[in-house]
Amino acid sequence: MASTDINIDAHEGHGHDHHDDHHHEHETNFVTHYIFSQDHKMISKQFLITGIIWAIIGVGFSVLFRLQLGWPDESFPIFEYLLGKWGAGGKLDAEFYYALVTMHGTIMVFFVLTAGLSGTFSNLLIPLQCGARDMASPFMNMLSYWFFFAAGVVMFISLFVQTGPASGGWTAYPPLSALQSTSSGSGLGMTLWLTSMSLFIVSSLLGGLNYVATVLNMRTKGMTMMRMPLTIWAFFFTAVLGVLSFPVLLSACILLIFDRHFGTAFYLSDIFINGEPLRNAAGQLVEGGSPILYQHLFWFLGHPEVYIVILPAMGMVSHILATNAKKPIFGYHAMVYSIMAITILGFLVWAHHMFVSGMNPFVGSVFTLFTLLIAVPSAVKVFNWITTIWRGNINFTPAMMFSIGFVSLFISGGLTGIVLGNPALDIGYHDTYYVIAHFHIVMAMAAGYGLFAGVYHWFPKMFDGRMMNNNLGYIHFWITFIGSYCIFWPMHYLGEAGVPRRYFSFAEFNFANGFEDLNVFISVASIVVFFAQFLFVINFFYSILNGKRMRSLNPWGSNSLEWTTGAKGIHGNWEGAIPEVHRWPYDFGKDGYEHIPQTVADKDLKEIKTSERLPSR
Amino acid sequence: MMSLLGIAAIALVIVILFQISKAGEMLNELGNTKKAGDTNNRVQANLFLWTLIFGLLAIVWSAFHYSPMFLPEPSSEHGVGIQRMYFWTLVSIVPIFFITQILLFGFAYRYKRDETRLSHYFPENNKLELIWSAIPAVVMVLLVTGGLRQWLKITGPIPEDQQEEVITIEATAQQFKWDIRYAGPDRELGKKAVREMSDDNPWGQDWADAANKDDFVPTEIYLPVNKPVMVKINSLDVLHSFYLPHFKVKMDAVPGIPTQFWFTPTKTSAEMQNILDDPGFVYELACAELCGKAHFNMRKEVYIVTEDEFNAWMKEQKSLYSQFAAPQKNADVDTEQEKDEKVNVDKTVSAL
Repeated sequence: MASTDINIDAHEGHGHDHHDDHHHEHETNFVTHYIFSQDHKMISKQFLITGIIWAIIGVGFSVLFRLQLGWPDESFPIFEYLLGKWGAGGKLDAEFYYALVTMHGTIMVFFVLTAGLSGTFSNLLIPLQCGARDMASPFMNMLSYWFFFAAGVVMFISLFVQTGPASGGWTAYPPLSALQSTSSGSGLGMTLWLTSMSLFIVSSLLGGLNYVATVLNMRTKGMTMMRMPLTIWAFFFTAVLGVLSFPVLLSACILLIFDRHFGTAFYLSDIFINGEPLRNAAGQLVEGGSPILYQHLFWFLGHPEVYIVILPAMGMVSHILATNAKKPIFGYHAMVYSIMAITILGFLVWAHHMFVSGMNPFVGSVFTLFTLLIAVPSAVKVFNWITTIWRGNINFTPAMMFSIGFVSLFISGGLTGIVLGNPALDIGYHDTYYVIAHFHIVMAMAAGYGLFAGVYHWFPKMFDGRMMNNNLGYIHFWITFIGSYCIFWPMHYLGEAGVPRRYFSFAEFNFANGFEDLNVFISVASIVVFFAQFLFVINFFYSILNGKRMRSLNPWGSNSLEWTTGAKGIHGNWEGAIPEVHRWPYDFGKDGYEHIPQTVADKDLKEIKTSERLPSR
Repeated sequence: MMSLLGIAAIALVIVILFQISKAGEMLNELGNTKKAGDTNNRVQANLFLWTLIFGLLAIVWSAFHYSPMFLPEPSSEHGVGIQRMYFWTLVSIVPIFFITQILLFGFAYRYKRDETRLSHYFPENNKLELIWSAIPAVVMVLLVTGGLRQWLKITGPIPEDQQEEVITIEATAQQFKWDIRYAGPDRELGKKAVREMSDDNPWGQDWADAANKDDFVPTEIYLPVNKPVMVKINSLDVLHSFYLPHFKVKMDAVPGIPTQFWFTPTKTSAEMQNILDDPGFVYELACAELCGKAHFNMRKEVYIVTEDEFNAWMKEQKSLYSQFAAPQKNADVDTEQEKDEKVNVDKTVSAL
């Protein structure tokens, strides 16, 4: 019986002595262990490290365009050094400014916050927290990573082509993205962007199907759905969202490829360009397509995509808040149903990105209803998080700090969503800095915090029981937390002044001009926050090799299954039998016990050696 | 050199922080871990409290400090309605913002770890869940109702009693400029088609359509105050967006799919100059949908004038028909006109 084997007292180390009792049946060499690995833990590390590299590139791009926005009249030698002809004389080229903006969005949304977040933690935690030896299909899982890697390679190559990478925004709206003569980034750069996205979608589908199959079929004995940690619920619904919506983006990309290269007109009509009406290769006038069709297809993924990004973060934050506040997550059922509600409603709100796109205004009204409705489950989650830490016993680990930061950001950014989801108000704020402030705070920053929280919390599970340096984690948190508010809060004020987003320079318009001080402030804050991330990166890589080893097998006093494995991650996760589960993962502070692991049955509770029972606060 | 020094300095700071943190961790190892944990929890809890206090103060101060630079009271009828809607939305979200942030950081401060106690076991309370699902639901229903009433009014047809005095204009976007075609005295825009466009017919107008005879394309936008304006919006190449920030007007220009937006300007340019005490004030038309490298530079000035001024200005305008299609026209005058237009276009491009 495995459960008797598990030591509840966090301060007594778990036996290190029987590591070598069970030999791994898998013969591995360097290639199968580190490169074409089928072990979910290795794949998760591959996703994470690839994600970190992309994050440095993606955030680095934002620092470059913030230099331009903060000091439009200065010249920066770094532009010429890094970008060559696009930064000749230290002046950023407008065309490349848009390329930087586009690449920043694409990289951060897809490569960092989808693959880096969901890819990393779904892979790491689904088998470990459900009690499975590996994913349903380890081979598909490996393919999922390598398709992602291939997508990354193609995108990386696109940064170096002569005409520049795609520059039509991360949404790549046609006709700008379809007609090569309208922008230099719409040439080879756009072709590579579409290729990369198609590969990425394949990766995401392979991963998502695997996650769903594993959660549904491979849970250990006793792990009913309603005993799953909220992380698993979140990963499960994230995968469902991805599997149902990414194919639509693929179709949008394929139709766009057809319009670009094969003379179709899915998205094109009545275009007059280069002094003549646009004709296809057969000399016929290009007519009958609809650019708005692309927007529908794009946002059918694009909106669920923001939930794909935020749900895993929500799940991890729920778990980390409860674990470190040593208090059950408040309203577990409500949390599960709200994730479910967000998933379903998440499919029905896409057109709120298109209120002023020219689609029928009546369609807009229907989407308004669902958009503001989605605020209800979101509000429930926020209130439940706050109630979770109320009368808790909070241990401020870096993961806990980032989780509290996440809730703060989610509130701040979520509330402005109520403004933007209202079509009448959206007329004014659409495509202004108000929107940038909104989605960076609620989605980008918040999901990033989920990523940090997850890495600090589960680092020992990834790297054989080593831990990251806490003090560095605290410094990293405070600079990032205050810094991210400094970057994005002032953008609300730019939005109130009507300043449009995606402007290379604000000097051309009287109404957009005059915020030089705020733009400098935002740029300085973003530079500081960018460099502060190296504290994390150094901490991360240093700790992989030299991090302090955890003193017990369960350093945070968690209840979930991943802490019942040995310190060293082995293929198959548990040396002996997979433990059986007897309770939900949030029994904190119950009946005088600080925490009761899921593997402990009620009848075994008495046997647990605990110090005298503590009073509740 | 400077940038090298800068990078070196940043690297140095990071290394120092790293070493201090490592030393701190080692000291913890040597000393009493439990005590170190307590101190740490106290420090972090206090930092949360100070961040809350200074953060909220900074937010309130900066909001008041920058509010004079926000867009002024909208200069259109529907804009005022939107602004009222925004006020009520703020009334519902700003208190929630302050309450939830104070609770979040307050609890973090108040309930820091205490080794002698356990947390309060409080896993579920359906009544609470019901309350905080129902209240947001009711507020959302109110906001949806209010928002949709405005939205349907704004996107609905121009009221019957104002149909007679509508000024119809057509905004055509292309990289990177706006052109405005006026319907002229007959208040009706003539038919046009992209397939008809050529040097001799720059807008592709159908000359057989009598409504085209008086349409004209001026270099500036003049509009009379207090008259409904119907803007028909279209694009010749990529997506653009017709954006008049001061009037709360925004609608995408989509090639192949004509869109529209109607609004009623309520303040003339001169009135605005008085209100804002800024003699240089002009209304501006901008592009709000990424359209290529000069997206940030698709500017056109808009003049809201009295009805008399508008009528006088209208009389000066020459119809496209008289320039391009009318029989026995003077060829020289024509080419002059065309040259002028070309020069204008070149100016926009070279301004990049």
